[in-house]
Amino acid sequence: MTEHDVLAEAGLDGLPGGGLNIAYEALDRHATDRVALRWLAKAGGREDVTYAELRRRSARFANAMASLGLSPGDAVFVLSGRVPELYVTALGALRAQLVFCPLFAAFGPEPIRVRLAEGRGRVLVTTQRQYERKVAALRSSLPDLAHVILIDGEAEGCLGWSALVGAASDAHTIAPTDPETPALLHFTSGTTGAPKGALHVHGAVVHHHQSARHALDLRPGDTYWCTADPGWVTGTSYGIIAPLTVGVTMIVDEAEMDVERWYTILEEERVEVWYTSPTAIRVLIRAGEALARRRDLSRLRFAASVGEPLDPESVVWGERALGRPFHDNWWQTETGGIMIANVPGAPIKPGSMGKPLPGVEAAIVEERGGALVEVTAPGVEGELALRPGWPSMMRAYLNAPERYAKCFRDGWYLSGDRAKRDADGYFWFVGRADDIIKSAGHLIGPFEVESALVEHAAVAEAAAIGKPDAVAGEIVKAFVVLHQGVERSAALDRDLMAHARRRLGPAVAPREIAIVEELPKTRSGKVLRRLLRARELGLPEGDTSTLLTSKGDEP
Amino acid sequence: MTEETIRAFVRRAIEDIAPDADLDALDPRASLREELDLDSMDFLALVRAIHAALGVAIPETDYAKIDSLDGCVAYVLRALAAPA
Repeated sequence: MTEHDVLAEAGLDGLPGGGLNIAYEALDRHATDRVALRWLAKAGGREDVTYAELRRRSARFANAMASLGLSPGDAVFVLSGRVPELYVTALGALRAQLVFCPLFAAFGPEPIRVRLAEGRGRVLVTTQRQYERKVAALRSSLPDLAHVILIDGEAEGCLGWSALVGAASDAHTIAPTDPETPALLHFTSGTTGAPKGALHVHGAVVHHHQSARHALDLRPGDTYWCTADPGWVTGTSYGIIAPLTVGVTMIVDEAEMDVERWYTILEEERVEVWYTSPTAIRVLIRAGEALARRRDLSRLRFAASVGEPLDPESVVWGERALGRPFHDNWWQTETGGIMIANVPGAPIKPGSMGKPLPGVEAAIVEERGGALVEVTAPGVEGELALRPGWPSMMRAYLNAPERYAKCFRDGWYLSGDRAKRDADGYFWFVGRADDIIKSAGHLIGPFEVESALVEHAAVAEAAAIGKPDAVAGEIVKAFVVLHQGVERSAALDRDLMAHARRRLGPAVAPREIAIVEELPKTRSGKVLRRLLRARELGLPEGDTSTLLTSKGDEP
Repeated sequence: MTEETIRAFVRRAIEDIAPDADLDALDPRASLREELDLDSMDFLALVRAIHAALGVAIPETDYAKIDSLDGCVAYVLRALAAPA
């Protein structure tokens, strides 16, 4: 088959001049008057942006970037809530072959600085408020950051969106794009070291598109709502790219989760396909089934969930309260798209992540005699691994080739998740193989939290763990050892928490900080976070297998 | 319980959850989440603190009503005044 045949089979067009560009598949090839993005403002009010209009705005953005002297491969970051300009930035950057990197708006200055520096951000699109609170003081430490564009308001040393982007020409043809051209940069957390920047290419769109059709049942003309923020990979792969390549109308809600507001959106916008998270589902369950039953949700055809394993009760609750069960699926920042899913038309096994999508080879592997071998016996726990080569697989961890290489062994990509497969081929999550914390579906690296804490003058050492929480799955809890001679006090407790939140922002900062005399360590001096976690949970300290299985889905 | 007592309690609860917040500069009618950068877990912690200390349970559907200092104090005051 030619490259063109492969794309046609995948439901994509390819660029007329050759190659593959995400923005062309998302917009240019069907730039009609169909509504692409229905934006619901926090304060009430809405804006409908058609495919044709979104193409024009993204073209203006691409031209504006050219006028600033940016060239293919340069990184454009965005730090903002869910406003139309965020989506224009993403698509405009992609059409100009710039690398798009979204930052979660609830990050504090330190996570922002680390990511901008690591990704060598040339342009940052943000708001006046975010800029003044978090970015202005960082400018001198970010030599690569040449331009900051403010969506609203003004500040010294910044460009205004309307003067720059609004005034640019909307005539723009996407240049031939090799499918291996870098397109998306998503940061994810590791146990040690700085966050890792997983780099994805334009060719990923093949998997974005196909998986949205297979695993989410997305069809052209659907009204679709992905509740994930584009600051996390779900909100980009399935909150911007995949739905636009299919040709749906995407609902984008600027506001934070509010139960009544969410039910109103589902009912009044007549949402047909809904992709959300276990944390959000738990909040809905707590609010009571009656609120859902009062609504006409008959338009809802398919509901899916991702972020952490969905407990069986939540799956069944969906069926009872919404008339649709939740279909859980599994993937990671590194995989770029859904790998394993409870797909439409197949029986759901509540509590299971489902089966591998077509074209995805997944296995349970374990180490035997220094090599990885596949465990084929059902029900046996091991590490969840994937056969490399799917289109949306990351191509690099930015500036970290060794860390990237460590993800691949003996012909497998190693996910870091422990799982098992049953006799019917369904996969079941067991726990993380490392100390990464998963709060509200987002990975948080203990190292990032600990680094910020030890910057406090009173703190000698710090360790962060995930503590089970009924809503968020886990919350970050930190343990700190004070420098000798520092007195404990209520004022110090507050000061530590204030310091952590100012540096990290509420999304990453610990919710609890405990002052301890010492941290448990190995003989080589490595902090035993697992032991801290066992103590927190009241588990036997020596039994690490219990620790592993207790991660993930706590009641 | 007077309005002042409730206001003082809510302020203290917010300070415990988000000691980085500048409550003196806060417009009492403005959104707490917005102005103080509280996320939904912070907000939930505030709801739990009010329930634990004052016995006022706030259902999810009323969260929008307590998203300002004035709104929150008025809500708690009304709830305490209502016959049980």
